[in-house]
Amino acid sequence: MIRDITLGQYYPGNSWVHRLDARIKIIWTFVYIVSLFLIKDFWGYIAVLVTLALIIGVSRVPLKFILKGLKPIFLIIVFTFTINMFMTKGTPLFTLGFLTITREGLYNAVFMGIRLVFLIIGSSLLTLVTKPINLTDGIEKLLSPWQRAGLPAHELAMMMTIALRFIPTLLEETDKIMKAQMARGADFESGNIMNRAKSLIPLLVPLFISAFRIAQDLAMAMEARCYRGGSHRTRMNGMKLKKKDGVACFLMLAYLALIVLQRGVW
Amino acid sequence: MEHIIRIDDLVFEYKREEQLEPVRAVNQVSLEIERGSFTAIIGRNGSGKSTLAKNINALLLPSSGAVYVKGLNTADDTKLWEIRQAAGMVFQNPDNQLVSSIVEDDVAFGPENLGIEPGEIRRRVDDSLYSVNMYEERKKAPHLLSGGQKQRIAIAGVIAMRPECIILDEPTAMLDPHGRAEVMEIIQKLHREGITIILITHFMEEAAKADRVIIMDSGRVVLDGEPAQVFLHIEEIKSLNLDVPFAVDLACRLRKRGVEIPENLITTEEMVEYIACRFK
Repeated sequence: MIRDITLGQYYPGNSWVHRLDARIKIIWTFVYIVSLFLIKDFWGYIAVLVTLALIIGVSRVPLKFILKGLKPIFLIIVFTFTINMFMTKGTPLFTLGFLTITREGLYNAVFMGIRLVFLIIGSSLLTLVTKPINLTDGIEKLLSPWQRAGLPAHELAMMMTIALRFIPTLLEETDKIMKAQMARGADFESGNIMNRAKSLIPLLVPLFISAFRIAQDLAMAMEARCYRGGSHRTRMNGMKLKKKDGVACFLMLAYLALIVLQRGVW
Repeated sequence: MEHIIRIDDLVFEYKREEQLEPVRAVNQVSLEIERGSFTAIIGRNGSGKSTLAKNINALLLPSSGAVYVKGLNTADDTKLWEIRQAAGMVFQNPDNQLVSSIVEDDVAFGPENLGIEPGEIRRRVDDSLYSVNMYEERKKAPHLLSGGQKQRIAIAGVIAMRPECIILDEPTAMLDPHGRAEVMEIIQKLHREGITIILITHFMEEAAKADRVIIMDSGRVVLDGEPAQVFLHIEEIKSLNLDVPFAVDLACRLRKRGVEIPENLITTEEMVEYIACRFK
């Protein structure tokens, strides 16, 4: 079962959004994130909601799948919501002991809560509809203009590619070590937090050693295949912008214009 | 015959920290490998066979002596990439030598490093995948493939660089019998297509399929010749704690009992055929 894990949280598909150039999708996501902070009232959120609904509809990623991404940060949302509700000064609505809920507080809490939810949904949508490997290629391409300024764009992308490649290998390795230690009486499941953390040491030490061994093997194999960094290198799948990427770009600009306008007009 | 690899008096030493005396992994080895040949190198763990292999494509450089690939000295920095392109290498662990999480991207890794233009890379990747019978799997992630399949991908990654010689360092050591057979089949096919093969192994049955066998012990070449000739030294091989192919062992025992068996029978298949014919 450990072999079947999906890398990242990519949702396989072949929709229009899936097939877009990764660079466009990354830029779109950035514009989207910035736009969330430009919005100043609930009317703005309607524009965001419609855009988001359209993208999700076209991508055919089930809504359940997307909302699952909210689970890990649910606590943060509740926390922000509560802090905003109680800590904002203004017209009191009602009082609970020493806590006062104000009208502005309630407004802020809901406003911030929605912003956070939109933020997470939008950015997780990027990884849902883009293969991790295309994402690293896109990042490499987007960062390459800064290469002259000394940013190691190729090296960063290569590191991400290798990390993606070796996640399953290291998971398998972890599984193996865990079983070996359990066979010799190690106990990973009982005891309090401190004891459990301690019991991880016989797992982590061999895992680190094995990760270094793998790294050494891989470095040698890469050298044997003439790897010498990013210069000289060509790519089999050069990224070419197609017509639909232009359309996506146009839609992005239209969206951005709308958000900027709402800020100016209302 | 033209020599693709020439090794002159190669010595490779390395220093272990706790010992002041350097360890000699390879001790004064001289060899020539003919173009298009299939050589198997056998030896125990620590006999220096892997070190010898890594000296051939300049992953390690000689402490003294010299190694020439296509007449290029491996110590010459400026020819490094030409040497590594000409003498590709496949390693033991199928997991630890694949770079990308998509099969075809991994095969493209070598040619991409050589700076070949994209259209040509595409052609080479497809050709290489066809020649190891893995074209159908080109979009898959390596971790979903079997060990034998992964090793075939590693071989495809090397062929895509269009090498003249492939050095395989115990490519079947971590595979099950099925995977081992798959990989051996590919190796023999590449040899028939004219690529020089150097196979490092400790499976005698694999060595029996080569046309030259070199046996190493403590960094030296002990025996060197055609398999049938080398495996005649059965006592010497056993004294090195190595096995001989099953067929050779059987022939030797039969001979002791007075049964006439020709000397050139070294693979199990040949032996089965011979016995079936003779004792029908």
